[in-house]
Amino acid sequence: MNDYIIEMLNITKEFPGIIANDNVSLQLKNGEIHALLGENGAGKSTLMSVLFGLYQAEKGEIRMHGKPIKVNNPNDANAFGIGMVHQHFKLVEVFSVLENIILGIEPTKNGLLEKKEARKKVMALSEKYGLKINPDAMIEDVSVGMQQRVEILKMLYRNNEILIFDEPTAVLTPQEIKELLSIMKDLAKEGKSILFITHKLNEIMDVADRCTVLRKGQLIGTVDVKETTKEELSKMMVGRNISFDVDKKQSSPGEIVLSIKNMTVASKTHKNNAVKNVTFDVRAGEIVCLAGIDGNGQTEFVHGLTGLEKIESGSIHLCGKDISNASIRNRSVSGMSHIPEDRHKHGLVLEYTLAENLVLQRYWQNDFHNRGFIKFDQVKNYAERLIEQFDIRSGEGAETIVRSMSGGNQQKAIIAREIDKEHQLLVAVQPTRGLDVGAIEYIHKQLIERRDSGKGVLLISLELDEVLNVSDRILVIYEGEIVGELNPQETSPQELGLYMAGAKRDINRGNQHGA
Amino acid sequence: MAPNKNQPLDFNRRIKELTKSKGWASFWAAIMAVALGLVFGFLVMLVARPNSAIAGFRFVALGGFSRIGNVFYFATPILMTGLAVGFAFKMGLFNIGASGQYTMGMFFAIYVALAMDIPNSVHWVVALAAGMLGGMIFGFIPGVFKAMLNVNEVITSIMFNYIGMYLVDMWIQSNALLYNSAMTRTRYIPSNVQIPSLGIEGSNVNYGSVIAIAIAILIYIVLQKTTFGYELKATGFNKHASEYAGMKGKRNIILTMTIAGGLAGLGGALAILAPSAIAGSSMTYEPINIIATAGFNGIAVALLGNAHPIGIIFSATFISHIQRGGTLASLVGYKPEIIDVVIAIIIYFSAFAMIMNNALGSFIKNKLRKNKEKDQSNSVSTEEVAE
Ligand SMILES: Nc1ncnc2c1ncn2[C@@H]1O[C@H](COP(=O)(O)OP(=O)(O)OP(=O)(O)O)[C@@H](O)[C@H]1O
Ligand SMILES: [Mg+2]
Repeated sequence: MNDYIIEMLNITKEFPGIIANDNVSLQLKNGEIHALLGENGAGKSTLMSVLFGLYQAEKGEIRMHGKPIKVNNPNDANAFGIGMVHQHFKLVEVFSVLENIILGIEPTKNGLLEKKEARKKVMALSEKYGLKINPDAMIEDVSVGMQQRVEILKMLYRNNEILIFDEPTAVLTPQEIKELLSIMKDLAKEGKSILFITHKLNEIMDVADRCTVLRKGQLIGTVDVKETTKEELSKMMVGRNISFDVDKKQSSPGEIVLSIKNMTVASKTHKNNAVKNVTFDVRAGEIVCLAGIDGNGQTEFVHGLTGLEKIESGSIHLCGKDISNASIRNRSVSGMSHIPEDRHKHGLVLEYTLAENLVLQRYWQNDFHNRGFIKFDQVKNYAERLIEQFDIRSGEGAETIVRSMSGGNQQKAIIAREIDKEHQLLVAVQPTRGLDVGAIEYIHKQLIERRDSGKGVLLISLELDEVLNVSDRILVIYEGEIVGELNPQETSPQELGLYMAGAKRDINRGNQHGA
Repeated sequence: MAPNKNQPLDFNRRIKELTKSKGWASFWAAIMAVALGLVFGFLVMLVARPNSAIAGFRFVALGGFSRIGNVFYFATPILMTGLAVGFAFKMGLFNIGASGQYTMGMFFAIYVALAMDIPNSVHWVVALAAGMLGGMIFGFIPGVFKAMLNVNEVITSIMFNYIGMYLVDMWIQSNALLYNSAMTRTRYIPSNVQIPSLGIEGSNVNYGSVIAIAIAILIYIVLQKTTFGYELKATGFNKHASEYAGMKGKRNIILTMTIAGGLAGLGGALAILAPSAIAGSSMTYEPINIIATAGFNGIAVALLGNAHPIGIIFSATFISHIQRGGTLASLVGYKPEIIDVVIAIIIYFSAFAMIMNNALGSFIKNKLRKNKEKDQSNSVSTEEVAE
């Protein structure tokens, strides 16, 4: 008997137009945390989906404790003790947290649901691992962080021994990430074996024992994390050196592009306003970052700003024009580009092709139609230009159905669309969520390039690194209010953290008007 | 990751792609659904009259081929109502109100034909246009309710089926220009207002069928080639994204329902203005408080055609074909009621199978695979024991 609990040997998986996994092997040791690293579209999710039985590999075999096994569907995977938390969660929105956890293996007594037992077991697990949940809340009402804890409890409830985490940290706040990583360590200590996909090298350095790197569907190698560095890992991953520091010139702010005065937006979940009396300006040629812990009104602020929701009071001026009550299209035409927070909900029509999605903001422009008839050639040419320029990878190019693309490449498509569109102000909400380091570097360069070409950039981000490295000016939002304005060159992560947690605030901030 | 790395694989993949393409898949789904419907229809015939079942079923399945003209003639109204349902469905709207829209269109056409003085040469064209307008009004209203007040279009359109039917019956009965109370039907429509016949012996088939097919193609073009179609489908797929992209959701809902209503209304007009084979007569409408079945058949037509305009041409023709063949089954002793049941079973089973295929297809596939795998894994585990 060898000490590998799972071996995936010479796995090949093809999709139309692309070989997602090309003769890839991966060996998971009992009780280790094994990171899987690779660029967007490298084939990480695909490889894990093969292990979880969602896809069948054309070639190769899977072994468990050295014996070949066949995993034909997730139920088989479950029977083998393999559980998976997907990149995009698969929970039933209208079911409660508890119901989601026990879904499919509900305990019954005389044909009736025995929820009490299940509840006890779930709460015991929740306690044991510090996975805080509210068992009776509906999934649609709980935060992304809790949804993820639900997914994890789902695996633990099924006594899974092999746990696959597909980019679990992409959607979490820094605090939640810390908690998750320590939970993963505890699980490994207990003998569970973990496969962990992430784009964040720090997390790999923190918790992983070994790391397997994929590039364009091929295996580059597996390394011991103790014996490697971040730089080396990123070089394995993209084949070149990546700079982690964002280098940029001093900003030279110009005219006011966006002016927000006393903006208030109602909350959908509680009686109080989600955004309270927010006032600030964004100038041409600067990157202003709205920093804060998730759930402090950022989403509502962005919805109010971009027109997805009505504002209660206050005003918004874009390039001097009052757009407080303008339609979304009107704001877009007036020069606002918007990279939305939720790419599947707002950013994309998943059933449409990549080309169709790339013209989502422009299909009505004369370049793309002639008296209402879409100019398909133009659309295709345009899409191909963006695909090339932004390195959007997919199986069938412009004709790829977006649903089949990797998460990171879906994001790149949105970014390409919004940056290429005529704009004076770019509202970027967590633009690098789920992107690989190479792509993040590229996006950051793009944001700075936007700034240097005289556009205003409003960045909404939860990542401290991103906030501190990219922005020229930081506004901290706490419970719907702007509580401080910081200069990234003078402040420290600690100070920023205090503001974000509401422990520190500038009293006179309410009277200030922008820079 | 060059796609053509493996030349031999590439060829196989091409074939796989072709046979796996979406159009191909829904085509096969439709064929399977129809086959299933026919099997069930046959079973009912077998139960009803075992001895004539085979002969009767041959009439149902093949009889239509001997009366192609009439197949197209009877396909026309349900082709239009099918489009009315399918078009709205592309935007995620469930237009149950095709019956009311159809009836309203019929009334408008009758009114123009009988009560308005219009130059002979364009009279039938104006009557058709009026029919379309009547349907549009009855699509517009549920559309407005949906867009402005977020009232579910299913509820309003069902209500408007009744409102339309009762209104029309009332208007007709109270207007001597339209109503022949001795015959309890509408008066004959003069032959110059009837749609020109295509002149096929023993059949009423007329330019209406040509118009309907042309409109199906037009709708296909609108959906596939225009910015309006792009918006409409985007809204149907993802309402939030369409809003984010600045599409005018409310306007599009109203527009879509109005167009859908117009299609059904035109269907009603095409039906009532069809030429009669008997000189001096015409199609008539009998106000007897019954909701037009063409609307409900339209739902089946749209489902079987997968809401695709070209698919709808075929599904409407198929359903009409079964209906025509069905009438012949009485030659071997089947009662008209039984024939109606058989036809309804074939139509609705086919449509039902199509929905099942869409919604439960993957579920069933998984179940089947799982069972298969169970057998396999059983054999694997015995191997392991043997080791
Ligand atoms: N169901 C599918 N159909 C067709 N192509 C697919 C499908 N799933 C994945 N692909 C393609 O396979 C490739 C690998 O995708 P995968 O999702 O495994 O990438 P990934 O490494 O997880 O990337 P990311 O970091 O962006 O999530 C991509 O090019 C993608 O377009
Ligand atoms: Mg992935």
